[in-house]
Amino acid sequence: MSRLLTIRRAGPGMTVQDMGREGYLSFGLSRGGAADRQALYEGAALLAQDPAMAAIEMAGMGGEFEADTDLRIALTGAPMRAGIDGTAIAWNASHFLPKGARLSIGAADEGVYGYLHVGGGIATPERLGGRSAHLAAGLGNALGAGDTLEIGADRNAEAPSMCLPPDPRFDGGPVRLVPSLQTSFFAQAELDRFETTTFQRDARGNRMGVRILPEGDGFHSEAGLSVLSEVIVPGDVQITGDGTPFVLLAECQTTGGYPRIGAVLPADLPRVAQARPGVALRFSFVTLEEAVAIDARLRAHLINLSAAVRPLTRDPADIRNLLSYQLISGVTAGDDLEL
Amino acid sequence: MTQDWPQIRTAGFDGFLVSFGDSLSEPANRAALAFRAAVARAGWDGILDTSTSLVSAYLQFDPHWRDHAAMRAALETLLGERDWYAADLPEGRSLWRVPTVYGTDIAPQLAEAAAAAGMSVQEAITSISETRVRVQTIGFAPGQPYLGTLSSAWDIPRQTALTDKVPEGALTVAIRQLVLFSVSTPTGWRHIGQTAFRLFRPDAEVPFVLRPGDEVLFEPTDAETLHNMRAAGPDGGAVREDIA
Repeated sequence: MSRLLTIRRAGPGMTVQDMGREGYLSFGLSRGGAADRQALYEGAALLAQDPAMAAIEMAGMGGEFEADTDLRIALTGAPMRAGIDGTAIAWNASHFLPKGARLSIGAADEGVYGYLHVGGGIATPERLGGRSAHLAAGLGNALGAGDTLEIGADRNAEAPSMCLPPDPRFDGGPVRLVPSLQTSFFAQAELDRFETTTFQRDARGNRMGVRILPEGDGFHSEAGLSVLSEVIVPGDVQITGDGTPFVLLAECQTTGGYPRIGAVLPADLPRVAQARPGVALRFSFVTLEEAVAIDARLRAHLINLSAAVRPLTRDPADIRNLLSYQLISGVTAGDDLEL
Repeated sequence: MTQDWPQIRTAGFDGFLVSFGDSLSEPANRAALAFRAAVARAGWDGILDTSTSLVSAYLQFDPHWRDHAAMRAALETLLGERDWYAADLPEGRSLWRVPTVYGTDIAPQLAEAAAAAGMSVQEAITSISETRVRVQTIGFAPGQPYLGTLSSAWDIPRQTALTDKVPEGALTVAIRQLVLFSVSTPTGWRHIGQTAFRLFRPDAEVPFVLRPGDEVLFEPTDAETLHNMRAAGPDGGAVREDIA
């Protein structure tokens, strides 16, 4: 029997996302997938399921949801105010969403991309081997009110609600990058200045990339603008014509002509994606060897997430799991959640 | 080729780029295509994806599976196996004849581009439409080809300011190349022609229509004919034949 999640209200940047699509680079299709991939691992750990399962990505603002079946959910990424039938529920946690109950998710308190995961995963039809919307490629659409999404079978439907300690990456800060193929186009003085400059995330940005504004002058390469178009990957820091850097994210183009000063490590890319306009970012180069060690620690961290989850206690939502049949009709309207 | 090429460089944390030059040339383009195909054929463990740009082959790999030194050594060995600049073009290539409306209000920068190339509008149409261009790489957007090489008159720069949006199927020109857009996007390339040829068909059996090495003739047609061809299907009147 099919299980459906209905979207009653949606913020402007809500899409289905998974790990993206591998194997299409030579056809000009970038991998895409969740802007904050770490959040997919966190959601999977909370629900004890495969991180490859698709979730709903919410940019800055959530929405309202209702399922035609009892459902487990988890909330990760940028913390947003959330409640079920008017009762506030914890972020970085999994919860029981009874059939017909209204899940409300408001604005992000900090960061940009919040995630709603469901037990069994979002099971919309795969296209080119993935479920994620790749809006730049014209694959999939932003979700809107009235949309219904198929949900997969939940093999752990009876599992209790869990929580994870927050892993803050929502307020900018230090970002590590490695030298890349065009770093040598920049004079050492420019590279030094890049490391000592504080940048602000600009208002211009989306899932393809974010513009970052330097305090002070822009950056210039010796090669100028005559560089042959070359391969681009997520994390590349591209210096555009006016000297302003752009950090490329999951849904970036696959080739580009602007020189790249370096490439942000996968471990720190969520920190860039989650930086709101105005948030400060600073960059430092690490060697390839250091980068491999950092990435090994990230992988170990992601693998160990399932050991880090704890039962969600001292939270009214946990009690309600046991008594949900009594508490489906909320006592408040929940309007306070709609910020 | 000079001794500086080919060059192996790291690309980000988990990639290598093998470049066969720093400017576009036919041998370097063929070398990049052939080398990427050889990497794919080699079937090395830990390779996540491969692609080509105009003169480079890119590979993404898992550095925890095979470290950078070992990956570089494998690439060096493969590079030494033959003269990649002498490689043949890919096999099974196609010639596409793509009906194109040059200029008019649906491709508004033809006159401007012709002037930049020192030609009349009619000369520009003749020059572009009679050049059998080759797909040098697919990139930027899904299924989107960079095509060349046009005569030296077309060595015109990109615009400094971006055009807000060209539509899907737009034929654009700069630096002796054509780009046929597979999506609607801002661009610095000048919009000189319009086709109804859909290059990316995510739900079709062949989602990406063009392959590197394919050749294309952009044959002039009029707006009404193109309109009818667009209604007839995703090929937009384009016709394919095998290159023997």
